[in-house]
Amino acid sequence: MILRLLLSVCVGLTFVTASHAAIEDQVSEFMLDNGMQVVVIEDHRAPVVVHMVWYRAGAADETPGVSGVAHFLEHLLFKKTKNLDAGELSRTVAENGGTDNAFTSYDYTAYYQRVAADRLPIMMQMEADRMVNLDLSEDDILVERDVIIEERNQRTDTNPSALYREQANAALFQNHRYGVPVIGWRHEMSNLTLSDALAYYKQYYAPNNAVLIVAGDVVPDEVLSLAKETYGQIPPNPNLLERKRPSEPPHFAPRRIEYVDERVSQPYVVRSYLAPERNSGDQRPAAALALLADILGDGQASVLQRKLQFETQEALYASASYSGVSLDTTSFAVYMVPSADVSLKDAEAALDRTIAEFMEEGVDEAQLDRLKTQYRAAGIYAQDSVNGLANAYGRALTSGLTLQDIHEWPDIIQSITAEEILAAARDVFDLNSSVTGWIRK
Amino acid sequence: MIRAFVTILVTFIASLVQAMPDIKTLTTPAGTPAWLVEDHNIPFVALELRFIGGTAIEPMEKRGVTQFMMGLLEEGSGDMDAQAFSIAKDNLAASFSYGSYADVLTVSAKFLTENQDQAIELLRQSLVDPRFDADAIERVRAQIESGIKSQAKDPSDIASAAFNAEAYPNHPYGSDDLGTLETIASVTAADIRQAHATGLTRNRVLVAAVGNITAVELGVLVDRLLQDLPVAGDIEMPTYVADALSAGVKVIDFPTPQSTILFGHAGIPRKDDDFFAAYLLNHILGGSGFESRLMSEVREKRGLTYGIGSFLASRRYGDLLLGQVATANNTVVDTIDVITEEWRKIADQGVTQAELDAAKKYLTGSYPLRFDGNGPIANILAGMQFQGLSPDYIQTRNDRVNAITREDIQRVARRLFQPEKLRFIVVGQPEGLE
Repeated sequence: MILRLLLSVCVGLTFVTASHAAIEDQVSEFMLDNGMQVVVIEDHRAPVVVHMVWYRAGAADETPGVSGVAHFLEHLLFKKTKNLDAGELSRTVAENGGTDNAFTSYDYTAYYQRVAADRLPIMMQMEADRMVNLDLSEDDILVERDVIIEERNQRTDTNPSALYREQANAALFQNHRYGVPVIGWRHEMSNLTLSDALAYYKQYYAPNNAVLIVAGDVVPDEVLSLAKETYGQIPPNPNLLERKRPSEPPHFAPRRIEYVDERVSQPYVVRSYLAPERNSGDQRPAAALALLADILGDGQASVLQRKLQFETQEALYASASYSGVSLDTTSFAVYMVPSADVSLKDAEAALDRTIAEFMEEGVDEAQLDRLKTQYRAAGIYAQDSVNGLANAYGRALTSGLTLQDIHEWPDIIQSITAEEILAAARDVFDLNSSVTGWIRK
Repeated sequence: MIRAFVTILVTFIASLVQAMPDIKTLTTPAGTPAWLVEDHNIPFVALELRFIGGTAIEPMEKRGVTQFMMGLLEEGSGDMDAQAFSIAKDNLAASFSYGSYADVLTVSAKFLTENQDQAIELLRQSLVDPRFDADAIERVRAQIESGIKSQAKDPSDIASAAFNAEAYPNHPYGSDDLGTLETIASVTAADIRQAHATGLTRNRVLVAAVGNITAVELGVLVDRLLQDLPVAGDIEMPTYVADALSAGVKVIDFPTPQSTILFGHAGIPRKDDDFFAAYLLNHILGGSGFESRLMSEVREKRGLTYGIGSFLASRRYGDLLLGQVATANNTVVDTIDVITEEWRKIADQGVTQAELDAAKKYLTGSYPLRFDGNGPIANILAGMQFQGLSPDYIQTRNDRVNAITREDIQRVARRLFQPEKLRFIVVGQPEGLE
């Protein structure tokens, strides 16, 4: 059995190395003359293609006073254009057995269709059309504004945790637009106008501000020639500005929020800290934070869960979260759902005590090795979903990262040391740039 | 554009040939049937197990015990406690998940080829030899109680609970798999062991695997995984029941600016000859995407909601046709009126030929697109076995959809949609309703 085990470990390492190479081999990158970036991810296992256009513009690129306009415009892109009737794009997708949708975040707005691979040309034609040919009327605005307000009702106003997150972000970010909700503040949403939407459209929707991602059963050269025939015909926006947003000043005081809502059934405590994001060519601090979040909160053997759920049993659940893919400074959070007889005050103290213990005890090397194994395996599992890959590439490429950064990330994760993780923890756990929330009824 | 046109023709022929995966059926050396799609592109396997029976076979005075038991499988087994199990699983980078539904218990596993023997041994241990330690039971009990309390404050959960209770007053479908605070408080270790012995048995299991494994390897692996599970004796299965819904609107007060509305009435059995016609009809009325009549009337034309949909909830022992929508408290009455009108219209007038053609194109065109990846394919294979379908179903399914005529559709529309029987449950503070 020992020999067998040894063998399988060796085979494993070979596989893992090979599969990293495989992901990169599946990816091609082109640049159209008008400045549009094109990325093709090949996967020939099924005759399916995901076609996505990502704009390097999201809610954090809005001007003050029109919060929600990036997302509003996303809805309006399904209306009439000079060449398409309202709803014609979605109808065409559906008639071809496909699905389509769009989503908006702080740093990007993305549109996608998932169709049989041979339907790609018509998708590219239609998506290129609505990049510049939108033909909106005042009526479109009125009905769709009601729709986004219902969306806000559904996502935020009926959900105490979502309402708390709005309050917390507004407190965490003192200057950056990450403090304003993507869906928008309700009072500004209800006043959004046609000209607000068109101003955003004209400023940001252009080939030199977009990334085309085509993933699935396609050949890169054919995608490129189709892209030239469609998106390649659109002139770039010469007035596109460098993407520069207001940045956070130094923070000097911890902020605290007590959010009370009778719809809360399970009280919890959460603390968010400002944290550095993944930067192009400089991803080590973010990689250390990604591992820190896993060490603290991923799985039953993680630090917070082991100590708080298993040892002291003060928590029903505890975890940590961090998302490094972000154009600007992001956040790192720890949270705890206390057991029935534990108060929020005691829960917060338990969370603080546990993190202090961790800083004292340091990183368990065996746990770090396990995590690195899981990251390697995640690279293998990720190949099973071309849709997931397309999304990950799109998010990264509109958040200030390059293909090279994406492809270097796995090796950077593998090379992070326990000392780097502790150093990142010391930097990020600064109460003066934090928001602590108690959510209760 | 000429170049693009040539590309279309070439890829289209290719996709027709390679569209559907090749399903192999096998019987393991110990006699367990399994379905397999071999795909050696990525060095891992997705494995799905389905144990027929589900939470509906548990004693109702111990409602929730099955889900409780499934939640404990990763909390300690063999000589490992929860911590040791978690560490062992992380070392292998395998993922296991255990699900509980009224008709079926599910186990989904993904594991790397490089350590598949160890991963299967660990999974086997969790299924066959769970410890159900007292401290683990209390830890999970507290989590379940928290979950039950959360559901009591969630508008969608409140609406579902009320709808199910009205539809199935004397049937397991009428109550939640999670149980109640009372039933969960009463569950003992012995109850959990009993649920394990009846829930996870070798003679009621379906197996589907997709990925980097051969039929011979899979046979050995499945036998090792399942051989130590008990064989079930006769268990009383639930009986098929008609719903007990009555028409009308019921309001459940909940402090929120937007009401959540669940609506529907009797549906149609999965095995009914008219099921495909009903499926097409539901797609036209309230199916996924932006194209349905309900999306068009309620969202696109009137801006009353962000989303509305309907679906056929055809389960083993009962069928409903259900829909869900959320709208501001002051537009609930309008929304209910529009839904009722659409129900009446489709019952009276059926659908147009153009709508039927578009629905067929969507449903036949989207079907092959579901088979994209080991995980999704394994899920489909397990689902097909659970429905009692044969492997060649995936080759004939689109022909069956295309064979539906407009006459079938109009006949089934009159049978399926009964506007006078529509039940609405509104959770919120709607204006203009009692």
